[in-house]
Amino acid sequence: MAEHVLDAKGLNCPLPILKAKKSLKAMATGDTLKIESTDPGSVADFAAFARQTGNELLSSESEGDIYKFEIKKA
Amino acid sequence: MLDESNSNAKGMSIIATKGTLDWAYPPFILATSAAALDMEVTMFFTFYGLNLLRKDLDLKVSSLGNPGMKMPMMGMHMAMPNIISTIPGVDRGATTMMKNLIKKKGVASIEDLREAAVESDVRMIACQMTLDLFEIKKEDLIDGVELGGAVTAIEVACKSDVNYYM
Repeated sequence: MAEHVLDAKGLNCPLPILKAKKSLKAMATGDTLKIESTDPGSVADFAAFARQTGNELLSSESEGDIYKFEIKKA
Repeated sequence: MLDESNSNAKGMSIIATKGTLDWAYPPFILATSAAALDMEVTMFFTFYGLNLLRKDLDLKVSSLGNPGMKMPMMGMHMAMPNIISTIPGVDRGATTMMKNLIKKKGVASIEDLREAAVESDVRMIACQMTLDLFEIKKEDLIDGVELGGAVTAIEVACKSDVNYYM
């Protein structure tokens, strides 16, 4: 299973989600996507994104001003 | 409490009626985000909302009659008194200021959001009646726009799970 990385730092709503969606589209089922964002709103949005699309949010954590997510493509 | 299970609604319709730079955001942000959730999205553009479909986007903000709009000035956020807003050039200045803020804060441009909407197959319908009323030609609008009337909008709304009017 491949691991993909998306740097969404400096981008504001809804760009981190739009870029994540684009990355996921090009990935295979079971692949994971690691995302880094600086948008505090993306914490709630990636959780909702995972619920609504069925992709699994493996982790959601913050480190200083950076928010880190890991999504597994369903 | 919201139902947090995976109850993905399948359709969204948005009626966009406003044609200023600031009010261009809500419809395009919601349309592109819903498309990212694999929803089927239709946008119906009527009255000033038609401006959002022009090939050459020249959107502006106006602080006139908009006391909620506060711009960073002199180290704080200030609303512009209406009497100042009436001076020629003030709206142009406010528009430049807003565009700079948009860039600085990492907010997408309307051009980019609209392109994202087109790329994710958001259906866009222009109101035929307002096109006639404002003498806007279909050639003035971006490619792929359909024309339709109120019944077209209502039919889409009837089939959608979420309907917004903006």
